[in-house]
Amino acid sequence: MTVTMGGALNAALRDALAADDNVLVFGEDVGTLGGVFRITDGLTSEFGEQRCFDTPLAESGIVGFAIGLCLTGFRPVVEMQFDAFAYPAFEQITSHVAKMRNRTSGRVGLPLVIRIPYAGGIGGVEHHCDSSEGYYAHTPGLKVVTPSDAADAYSLLREAIDDPDPVIFLEPKALYWSKQEIELPCTRAPFGTAKVRRDGDDVTLVTYGASVPTALKAAEAAADEGWSVEVIDLRTIVPFDDETVVRSVRRTGRCVVLAEAQGFAGVGAEIAARVSERCFHSLAAPVGRVSGLPTPYPAPMLEKTYLPGVERVLDAIARLQWDDQPDLTYAEVGARG
Amino acid sequence: METTAQAMTAALLPSPNPVQLIDPTGAEVEQAGTRRDYPMPSAARLREIWHAMVLGRRFDAQATALTKQGRLAVYPSSRGQEACQVGAILSITADDWFFPTYRDSMALASRGIDPIEVLSLLRGDSHCGYDPIATHTAAQCTPLSTQLIHAAGAAYGEKRRGTDHVALAFIGDGATSEGDFHEALNFAAVFEAPVIFFVQNNKYAISVPLSKQTRAPSLAYKGIGYGVAAEQVDGNDPAAVLAVMDHAVEHCRSGKGPFLIEAHTYRLESHTNADDATRYRSSDEVTAWLERDPIARVEAWLRGRGELNDDVVAATRAAAEALAAEVRERMNTDVTVDPMSLFDNVFAQRTPQLDEARAMVAAELAADSQEVSS
Ligand SMILES: Cc1ncc(C[n+]2csc(CCOP(=O)(O)OP(=O)(O)O)c2C)c(N)n1
Ligand SMILES: [Mg+2]
Repeated sequence: MTVTMGGALNAALRDALAADDNVLVFGEDVGTLGGVFRITDGLTSEFGEQRCFDTPLAESGIVGFAIGLCLTGFRPVVEMQFDAFAYPAFEQITSHVAKMRNRTSGRVGLPLVIRIPYAGGIGGVEHHCDSSEGYYAHTPGLKVVTPSDAADAYSLLREAIDDPDPVIFLEPKALYWSKQEIELPCTRAPFGTAKVRRDGDDVTLVTYGASVPTALKAAEAAADEGWSVEVIDLRTIVPFDDETVVRSVRRTGRCVVLAEAQGFAGVGAEIAARVSERCFHSLAAPVGRVSGLPTPYPAPMLEKTYLPGVERVLDAIARLQWDDQPDLTYAEVGARG
Repeated sequence: METTAQAMTAALLPSPNPVQLIDPTGAEVEQAGTRRDYPMPSAARLREIWHAMVLGRRFDAQATALTKQGRLAVYPSSRGQEACQVGAILSITADDWFFPTYRDSMALASRGIDPIEVLSLLRGDSHCGYDPIATHTAAQCTPLSTQLIHAAGAAYGEKRRGTDHVALAFIGDGATSEGDFHEALNFAAVFEAPVIFFVQNNKYAISVPLSKQTRAPSLAYKGIGYGVAAEQVDGNDPAAVLAVMDHAVEHCRSGKGPFLIEAHTYRLESHTNADDATRYRSSDEVTAWLERDPIARVEAWLRGRGELNDDVVAATRAAAEALAAEVRERMNTDVTVDPMSLFDNVFAQRTPQLDEARAMVAAELAADSQEVSS
C-alpha cells in the first residue's frame, strides 16, 4: 500500500502503544489535534487521554516530566513541536537525559524518545527549519537517528521506543508527505546499520535524513556524466556505522559527505574526519563536504540558495581529482583493519 | 458571602507569617492567623527529630572536616538547616520519592542511606553512590531546579500506578528564579501530581541575597499563580516543619495535588568550604541566626516537659560521635576506581565508537603497567 512517512510514524506509534501499556505519548497539541504535523493523529481517540495527551506549553517541562515517568517504569515518547522549539529543553536533554545512566552507575536507564521535526525545505519562517542534529550527536549518552523514507520511519521509531536508552528521533519534515509502497508493519533493522541506497563504484556519497533524496537525485545526474555514485544513508548518526562507510570508501576511493546543516563543526565534518582517518591511503582526493551555508537558516525566499542541492553535490564530485587513481589495495579491509 | 474564587484563593494561599509552634526559647507559640490547623507533633516525634538532628549536625561537621583532610573535593554544609534536612525526611516513608540537591547530604543520611554512599559524589569516585531505584531517592542534583520536574513526573507516575506514594523535592531560594521551578509547579498542578516542593530559603544563593532574587512577599506565594497550595514555615522550628510537612503529605496522599513549602532558615556556613561568606555578609547577621538554633529550641521544649534528661542527651551525643568516627574511619581509605568502568554506562550496550575508545585506554593502561614492571 502507499504510505507516507507521516503515516508510517503514526503507525509505529500506534503499534508501540498497543504492544506495551507503559508507552505514553505526550507533548504540545499531540492529543485532540493529533500534532501540528498530524503524526499522533487518532491516538488519543484510540488509546485514550491516559496514553496520548497534551501537556502545558513548556519543553523543558515535557522532557523533565518524561524523566520522572521513566523512574516509575513508563516509556515516554515526547514530541517537540519544531527543531528550534526543543532548545528550551536543552538543559534537561544534555544534563539529565544524556547522563542519567552514567551518573547513576547504570542503575537508572531512561527508555525515552524525543521526537523532533527538523531541517528545512518547506518554506518555513524562522525558527522552523533548523538542522539541530549536531548538538545532540555531540552529547555522549544520546542516540540520534533520522529516517529518510516511510519504511525506515516505521522501523527506526519502533527500534527507538524499544531501546533501553534515550533516543533523539529527528523527523525530516520536508519528507513527511513523501510516499512509498510498503506493507506495515515492515521489517525492522537495528540501530547502527547504515543502508546503501544506490550502488556505485566511483564515489561514495554519505548522507542522512533530509538530504537523502537530494543525494539520490545527484547520483542519477552524475551517472549521466559518467560517474557511478554509491549513496549511503546513515539512518543512525549515533551509533555510527563506520563499517559500511569505510568499506564503501575503500572500494570507491572517493567520498563526498552531504548534510543540509551548516558545515562548521557539524555531523558532516565528523563523517569527513572519520573517513579521512580510516581511508586516507585509499583516497584519490580529499573528502568533499556539501552542507548548508555558515549563516542562520534564511528567510523562505532565500532557502533555495541556502540548501545544498544537486548542483552543489555534482560540483563537489567534479572536484575529486579525477586524473588521479585511487589505491584500492585496502578495498577488502574492514573498518577496524 | 465568599465567592468561589475567593474560597479557592484562600485554600491555596500560605499563612501571612511563617508557621511557628515553638519559639527560639523553647516556648510554645499561640496559634493565631495561620490558614490551616497545625497541631503540635507528639513528644515522641519531637524526641525522634531532636535525636536525628543531633546526628545530622555531627555528620555534617564531619563531612566539612573531611574536606580539610583532602578526603572530599568539596562540601556544601547545611549546618543550621537541620530542622528542614531532618524534619522533611521524617515526614515521608521509604516508599515515597526524594529528589535532593547538592546541599542535602544530611537529609540523605537521615533517610537511612549509607553515609559513605552519600559522600561518593563529593569524594569523587562516582556521580552517585546509592541506587536511586532501590532507595526511591534521585541522584543529588546540581543543575538548579531541574530535578523538580523529574519529581513531578515521578509523582504523576506513582499516581498512574495507583499507589499513594508522594514525591518530595528540595530546592534552594535562589533556584526559585530558574525556569524549571515554574514549569515544575505548573506541570504538577495540571497533572495533579502528588509532589511536595520544599524550598529551603537559607537567604543566600552563594553570595546573592534573597532580595535580589524576588519581589514576592514570600516564596510560598509563588504557588498560587499555578494553583498550587502553599505554606510558609519557620524552617528552624522542627515542630512546625513536621506539622506543615504532615499536612502537605496528607494533602498529596489524598489526591489534592501538589504542595509548595517555603521554610525560612539560614545557611550558617559558607556556600561550600571553598567559599568565603565574609565577603558578602556580616558576622552579626550570622550570630543572630545562631540564637534561632533548631536543636536547642526543641531540646528546651523537651526538657521543659521532662521528655529529655541528661542520660538521653549523653547517649545521643555518644551515638553522634560514633557515627562521626565511623564516617571518618570508612572515608580514611584510598579508593580506587577501575578506569575501564568509564565505558560501562554510557549506553546499556557499548557502541563501536565506545569500544574503540575503550581499546585505546586499555592499551594505554597495559603499556603503563609494563613500564612500571620493567
Ligand atoms: C543552572 C545552574 N546555574 C548555576 C549554578 C551554580 N550554582 C550552584 S549552587 C548556586 C546557588 C544556589 O542557591 P540556592 O538555590 O539558594 O541554594 P543553596 O545553595 O543556598 O542551598 C549556584 C548559582 C547551578 N548549579 N545550576
Ligand atoms: Mg539559598
